[in-house]
Amino acid sequence: MTCKNEIIYLMHKYLDGHLAKEEEKQLRSHLQSCEACQQHFHELKRTVTLLKSNSHIQAPDTFTNNVMGNLPKEKKRVSYMRWFKGHPVITAAAVFFIFMFGSMFTAWDQDTQLTVSKNKDLVIQSDNTVIVPEGITVEGDLVIKNGDLKIDGSVNGDVTIINGQHLRASAGDITGEIEQINQVFEWIWYHVKDMTKSVFALTKR
Amino acid sequence: MEMMIKEKIKQVKKGNQSAFEDVVAFYQNKVYQICYRIIGNAHEAEDLAQETFIRAYVNIHSFDSRRKFSTWLYRIATNITIDRIRKKKPDYFLDAEVKGTDGLDMYSQLSSDQPLPEDEVESIELQNYIQEEIMNLPAKYRSVIALRFVDELSLNEISEILNIPVGTVKTRIHRGREALRKRLRHV
Repeated sequence: MTCKNEIIYLMHKYLDGHLAKEEEKQLRSHLQSCEACQQHFHELKRTVTLLKSNSHIQAPDTFTNNVMGNLPKEKKRVSYMRWFKGHPVITAAAVFFIFMFGSMFTAWDQDTQLTVSKNKDLVIQSDNTVIVPEGITVEGDLVIKNGDLKIDGSVNGDVTIINGQHLRASAGDITGEIEQINQVFEWIWYHVKDMTKSVFALTKR
Repeated sequence: MEMMIKEKIKQVKKGNQSAFEDVVAFYQNKVYQICYRIIGNAHEAEDLAQETFIRAYVNIHSFDSRRKFSTWLYRIATNITIDRIRKKKPDYFLDAEVKGTDGLDMYSQLSSDQPLPEDEVESIELQNYIQEEIMNLPAKYRSVIALRFVDELSLNEISEILNIPVGTVKTRIHRGREALRKRLRHV
């Protein structure tokens, strides 16, 4: 019986499917000569066969349906998130536009105060009319928000009037362009133009 | 088959819930058998197998598609089952043995309408006996035995599923096989 442990190890190795050719020969020749080991080997193989016979262990017929019925419903949020993850460029563009238009509309809504870009020599009346007095020359561009403009003197640059009018009765003189913006869309268009202008200005530099 | 499952998993990951149905249908018996071999009770095995698939579905995004799906699935199944054994409370099921009776369960307390054929009774008895003997092994041996003999997994795969060294898997299989040999030699 001194042979046993080593041989039994070989039997298990055989059942694991890890037995080398040389070892297999050794095991086989031993089994032919040793009845006790033969019996042992036979019992092991039978045990394995018994353990493998599990075809009677079957999940119930309703199993798949039960599982499918118990799966968590997909949340809307989850599917949205998946869509966003799948389309990063569109998501980024959408976020950008939301912020851009959002800020423009709030700017349009909130600014009801009269603002004038260059205040120094201008006369501002209580009815929100800005006057460039006679004999005064405004150097550079002039931007007026929420007010009318009357030019008696001259402006040496572009004039932009947002939400106001250029009172034309005046005989003033503008060297640049004059622009009036009253509608929301024009306001946006102005912003976009402004942005492109500054972008181009940057690239020119 | 492996390719078909891979494709289905891809669809499940994209949010196609119904693709999961085929995955469940394909693996249900294997998972159920593994759970049953470890827990030793049909009712609980069904419950555990169901939980395995639900958990697999919920966590499908953490499954690495380059790996074998069955390995990942069996790992969930064994973890859940071993977890259940750890915090097991006494539960009463129809097929739990009635105390003080030898091998009688509550099914036998209910009158059955049709007597089963003789050889079927015999094979059911034998199978119950085998499972009983398996249950006499410690749980860590049962999980190795279950994986080895339900799906004939290699020792390496079992080591990966249970997260234990291959040497340990080998020892447990050898010892488990030897213990069961002693108990099943006379059947």
